[in-house]
Amino acid sequence: MENALKECFSRAQEAEVTLEFDIPEKDFNNAGKGSSEVKNLLKRLGVESDILRRIAVASYEAEINVAAHSKGGKMMSLIYDDMIHIKFEDMGPGIGDIAQAMIPGYSTADDLVRELGFGAGLGLPNIQRNSDALHISSEAGESTLVEFLIFFT
Amino acid sequence: MTLREIIALLEAEVLNAEVDIDCKVPCAFASDLISDILMCTKEPTMLLTGITNNQVVRLSDMIDLIAIIFVRGKRPLQDVIEMAEERGLPIITTKMTLYRSSGLLFNAGLRSCKI
Repeated sequence: MENALKECFSRAQEAEVTLEFDIPEKDFNNAGKGSSEVKNLLKRLGVESDILRRIAVASYEAEINVAAHSKGGKMMSLIYDDMIHIKFEDMGPGIGDIAQAMIPGYSTADDLVRELGFGAGLGLPNIQRNSDALHISSEAGESTLVEFLIFFT
Repeated sequence: MTLREIIALLEAEVLNAEVDIDCKVPCAFASDLISDILMCTKEPTMLLTGITNNQVVRLSDMIDLIAIIFVRGKRPLQDVIEMAEERGLPIITTKMTLYRSSGLLFNAGLRSCKI
């Protein structure tokens, strides 16, 4: 990844707005609400609709991933004047092979998750295709951090 | 095509009363997998699906869905119907299968949405 982009993941400048949501394990009644609220806020701030859809889809996929695959976690959205940085941190159990998880169609979703229509194996690929930069850090047995950036112009 | 024409073609029933069914529908997408549906980010589309849980309505917060057609005679629970009503999203049920519904609409000139 280019250094300029890397720096955007750890901007010294304070975000103008910060939003945080808890994502409980397997709570599919509420999963996705955080992403809806972020989208609504950005819409009020005047972000263009194509960009809004990309942010909403990437964020929703990541939020569902935390609910479906982890022991719960949180979503933190840092909104700057030119971009949004959204971080998803969970409490494990981690991704053993990130490269494999990025392959479209590869899924480890359980039966409950599949019954609800998830588990297409497109979660991480959809986040990648809609974001300007994606960073994942995880190991088997550890927590996972998925964070991405999307610029407003 | 208008949503009204689609409803007639699929011999379908609208489940929420307070919605506009005279809107134009330019294109459609069909899938039972949520992440597949989330590939429709390029233009407003009508969705045909067999998923009836609340997440399918929540998808309309992320992408632009014109209407949802539930196939194979599926009906969502009342709270899902209410969620759709709050969003002004028409939800419709047909006894036809996903394949037959899609085939009839495609033959009638309704194109696939861009992904």
